[in-house]
Amino acid sequence: MKRFSEGNGQGGMELPRTKGIRAAFEKGMNILFFLCGAVAVLFVLFISIYLIISGLPAIREIGLFPFLFGQEWASTASEPKFGILPFILTSIYGTAGAIVIGVPVGFMTAVFLAKIAGPKVASAIRAAVELLSSIPSVVYGLIGMTILVPAIRSAFHLASGATLLAAIVVLAVMVLPYIISVSETALTAVPKEYEEASLALGATEIETYFRVSVPAASSGIAAAVVLGIGRAIGEAMAVMMVAGNVANMPSLLESVRFLTTAVASEMSYSSGLQRQALFSIALVLFLFIMLINAALALLLKKGKKD
Amino acid sequence: MEQKSKKRVLYDRGLRILLWVCASITCLLLLLLIGYIFVNGFPNITWHLLSTEPSFRNDTIGILPNLINTLCLILGTCLIVLPLGTGAAVYLTEYAKNKRVVSVIEFAAETLTGIPSILYGLVGMLFFCELLGWGGSIRAGIFTMVIMVLPTIIRTTQESLKSVPQSYREAALGLGSGKWHMIRTVVLPCSIEGIVTGFILAIGRILGESAALLFTAGSASVLSNSLQQTLNSSGGTLSVALYMYVSERGELQVGFAIAAILMVLALLLNICAKVAGTKLKR
Repeated sequence: MKRFSEGNGQGGMELPRTKGIRAAFEKGMNILFFLCGAVAVLFVLFISIYLIISGLPAIREIGLFPFLFGQEWASTASEPKFGILPFILTSIYGTAGAIVIGVPVGFMTAVFLAKIAGPKVASAIRAAVELLSSIPSVVYGLIGMTILVPAIRSAFHLASGATLLAAIVVLAVMVLPYIISVSETALTAVPKEYEEASLALGATEIETYFRVSVPAASSGIAAAVVLGIGRAIGEAMAVMMVAGNVANMPSLLESVRFLTTAVASEMSYSSGLQRQALFSIALVLFLFIMLINAALALLLKKGKKD
Repeated sequence: MEQKSKKRVLYDRGLRILLWVCASITCLLLLLLIGYIFVNGFPNITWHLLSTEPSFRNDTIGILPNLINTLCLILGTCLIVLPLGTGAAVYLTEYAKNKRVVSVIEFAAETLTGIPSILYGLVGMLFFCELLGWGGSIRAGIFTMVIMVLPTIIRTTQESLKSVPQSYREAALGLGSGKWHMIRTVVLPCSIEGIVTGFILAIGRILGESAALLFTAGSASVLSNSLQQTLNSSGGTLSVALYMYVSERGELQVGFAIAAILMVLALLLNICAKVAGTKLKR
């Protein structure tokens, strides 16, 4: 009798205790998973704060205006000059050039994929696009160095073919897969009814695609372009291998240096103010990217609402 | 009327041709790139290249150390980032109740995706190599790559977690399973294909990465005696080695050989991702 009641008592005691342990365990797992999620936010804060803290001293010392709008970069001269306007303009021109070449081809390919190609052809092209996007940037750089640079040199009778033009062509190829896949997603998401209505009114297929489907998918296509801009402006190694890497003001047939390559090329041997100025260039690049990211987020949100 | 319809026919034809031309350009471009790399690369891949380390005395180049470094980086990064990324995705789809929190985390992941690799390299160098005093080492490279690859893992895992039917969860909970038990035995096994796809994408990203690794893991090509030593010393991956050989030493043939190897690996990974996407789903 005693044993029974004892056992019973224990059981009664144990039930809430295991329940408590179980609840505590679940709570613990909840917190653990929350920490995993919070890590992403921490990383972003960490990178932003780090770039701002390390980028500000040189700007303060050089002065914001001479830094951003100075036309001369001579970091190792006896009287060093730290003007990064050539890099900023080169990055903008290079990206614009890549977009001007890459977007029409990418956009047309996306329309072809989403609307015209049969399922077999489409999946083959899609595989090709995926493969294009997985080619490492140094491989693009290598191909640019061995095909493009000599070709530009002989076509324009230059001393060296490593020019802004070479960088633009390489970047155009590199942004192509991003533009294709994002625009295609947007085009496929256009409701069938829109197209059917247009076809029923007597428009041809092509007219329907370009006057109905494309406008309906416009914010998605704009997002594709913005994504392409972000990729092009952030690319470093491929550009470093084909652009010649001299701090000139941008000109199509001259050797130039981008924001990314300015950081990369001097990092290994820099010191003092020169090194801090490189961090400031990184900060400028980061601000550009944040602007582009914000634009991208807005466009994608708008696309979802439409 | 006649005039207009002629114009329309022209518009139709012209655009149709343009669409075909652009699609062909894209495909031709890929074929040419791959063909060019393979034709120039394969003849230069020799057993000697794959199985030795570079020797200045014999004036030979070998990429064995770079192969090992790449492998170490991939394994090390995935060992950390897979649990972390999967955990974050589980939190976002299974645990998070506050929509604000979810959107903040998702926004952070998107932001991380957009940051160029050179900035990762810079921050990694400043923090891991200098502040923590690890120097240029594979270990610093691994941690930098963890930050870089995390959003990819979160996104792919999250997408496949979302595709697990709600009724599975309800059934498990209804049978008296705890939440974690339900996730471990029902939700995660059902979304294995997303986790595997994320893993494959991460490998591809690390294989192709050069800017971030050049400044964190360095570019050395030396064989180490132990894992410990490998992790603590500077080591260039295949992509970094390609850059160094081509840009610093003008060894184009070695560059093409490495490029061909990288392309073959990229091809294999793409095929694996396809297979994982379709096969594992069943």
